[in-house]
Amino acid sequence: MSGAVPAAAPSLSESTDQRGRRLVQVEGCWKLQRLAPELQHIDERLGRIARGGEARWDLQGIEAIDHAGAALLRRAWLQAGSPEVLTRPEHEPLFRRIEAARASPLPSARKRLPPWLVPGVWVLHVLGHLHGFVVLVGLVAMDIARALARPWKAPWREISANLYRTGAQALAITALVGFLIGVVLSFLSSNQLKLFGADLFIVNILGVSIIRELGPVLAAILVAGRSGSSMTAQLGVMRVTQELDAMSVMGIPQMYRLVMPKVVALAIGLPLLILWTDAVALLGGMVAAQAELGLSMLFFIDTLPAVVPIANLYLGIGKGVVFGVLIALLACHYGLRIRPNTESLGAGTTSSVVTAITMVILVDAVFAVLFRDVGLGF
Amino acid sequence: MAADTNPGGTDPVVEITGLWTCFGQTIVHAGIDLDVRRGEVMGLVGGSGSGKTTLLRQMLALERPHRGSVKVFGVDLHGCARAELEAVRSRWGVLFQNGALFSALSVYDNIALPLRELRALDEALIHDLVLSKLQMVGIEAQHARKMPSQLSGGMIKRIGLARALALDPELLFLDEPTAGLDPDRSESFVKLIQELREELHLSVVMVTHDLDTLVALADRVAVLCEHRLLAVGPIREVTMLEHAFVRNFFRGERGLRALEVLEDMQRLMPI
Repeated sequence: MSGAVPAAAPSLSESTDQRGRRLVQVEGCWKLQRLAPELQHIDERLGRIARGGEARWDLQGIEAIDHAGAALLRRAWLQAGSPEVLTRPEHEPLFRRIEAARASPLPSARKRLPPWLVPGVWVLHVLGHLHGFVVLVGLVAMDIARALARPWKAPWREISANLYRTGAQALAITALVGFLIGVVLSFLSSNQLKLFGADLFIVNILGVSIIRELGPVLAAILVAGRSGSSMTAQLGVMRVTQELDAMSVMGIPQMYRLVMPKVVALAIGLPLLILWTDAVALLGGMVAAQAELGLSMLFFIDTLPAVVPIANLYLGIGKGVVFGVLIALLACHYGLRIRPNTESLGAGTTSSVVTAITMVILVDAVFAVLFRDVGLGF
Repeated sequence: MAADTNPGGTDPVVEITGLWTCFGQTIVHAGIDLDVRRGEVMGLVGGSGSGKTTLLRQMLALERPHRGSVKVFGVDLHGCARAELEAVRSRWGVLFQNGALFSALSVYDNIALPLRELRALDEALIHDLVLSKLQMVGIEAQHARKMPSQLSGGMIKRIGLARALALDPELLFLDEPTAGLDPDRSESFVKLIQELREELHLSVVMVTHDLDTLVALADRVAVLCEHRLLAVGPIREVTMLEHAFVRNFFRGERGLRALEVLEDMQRLMPI
């Protein structure tokens, strides 16, 4: 017999034999590909026949059968409680196989925790993250000290590559977002200010809000989404493909070559990006102010240093360093926790970005409280 | 299915005609013709970079040849309707070199996936089928809930094979079935494929580097070399060919050892 799908359809017929007993005759092709389109119908018929009670099952008319067909038929005659089944000898192994599969116990699915233990597991989970993060911070701090002690052996090439990827390549997107936010903010504020005849205050509003808050937070969020996710995914894929193990056995310290350069690069890159975002957002604001209020750009630039204390700029850039370190550390923290499977990779990347953005906003709020007396005096 | 014009006949299961493949300026295949007959095991060999894997991927409709056609079950893979291709795909099984198990799914769910995709079987039947496939490849039920990352290389191959067999295919593609297995494991894997072939009446297309596997399994061998098929035929005929690649591949030290075993076997059990 060849492996081709024979033409004969699977068929079932009931009759009574010479001794007046029920006889179920099964014929045709009982292969999965053949059965699948009409399986429900066949299964219903089998069920009806099986409920009819004990019978002799004659399976000798079957031309071709596979495991699916065998499992289906076997279930039916067991349901009917029929001990007498005639099969072709060449089909015997199939039925035996199904029989054995039936008998082998499947280990039960992973046990679910009782509900009163769930909060405990949650707390342990958070503590585990905290512990991992503190250890990571310590290791990176030690690595930075090591690099400072022997600057000629520090991983400058990695730092430079990371600086290019996370900083230089992000210039376009931060500029676009910054410019548009600047335009929108300026346009909406000028409308309000015009009502009170306080046109000139547009410089104060844009200056303080962009340099102190919007620039740093916008750039940080963009970088968290752009570079944070790619850092996590990179470390995760390196775990999946055993590249991390390969580095370990070659005696290349992972932390020193992979994590520390990312942290340093973002600590340098994000403040620079913030400066850039600030500048482009202010440009957007100036353009809109000129269009809306007729305020000349030269006047805007002239007035800006007078009305916005320079402390705001330092504060914004200082935030950038903190945000950069935070984003890189969180990305690496989640990246190193990824287990070698695709689901973990996806979940880790998501958590990394979500946590990084949340933390950026949280830390920004802390900054706002701590530095409430700085740079706002007139 | 329109493809079955000659069920049970001697139609080739796979039919490759005038196939050309180029990557940019590099020519990989220059006019390849190959038939795989129903019920046979065809071994595909060739040096590294000779395009074995590419040819296999073209037979699986994962890649498109530059010129020429690939027919499987009489359906032209690169010129047929989607539905036809789907139908063909449900009639073959593929074992990838590294198993390609879904890492997010347990062993059980990996094998159940193609069965569930049919949307016709109930869970009780799927349970029976999955366990019978597992048993067929010699994996105990206790491993069914494990994740692929918890398994050894040999087990991943076996479970990959079980998944390839989930829909009871007529045609099985094996990409380096014994690569990365120790000699003992690879021997038992070869034995497993032999048994399954008997039990399920499979046709097999197999890409391999391993001579022992080739000698033990292949009915015919196709040698891919210098962009063409150097020879197609029973292994003993192919080895007689006078060509540098064949000499190195089959009649190197390793090859001779494998062939000796073949001779011994045939002396003991004349076919």
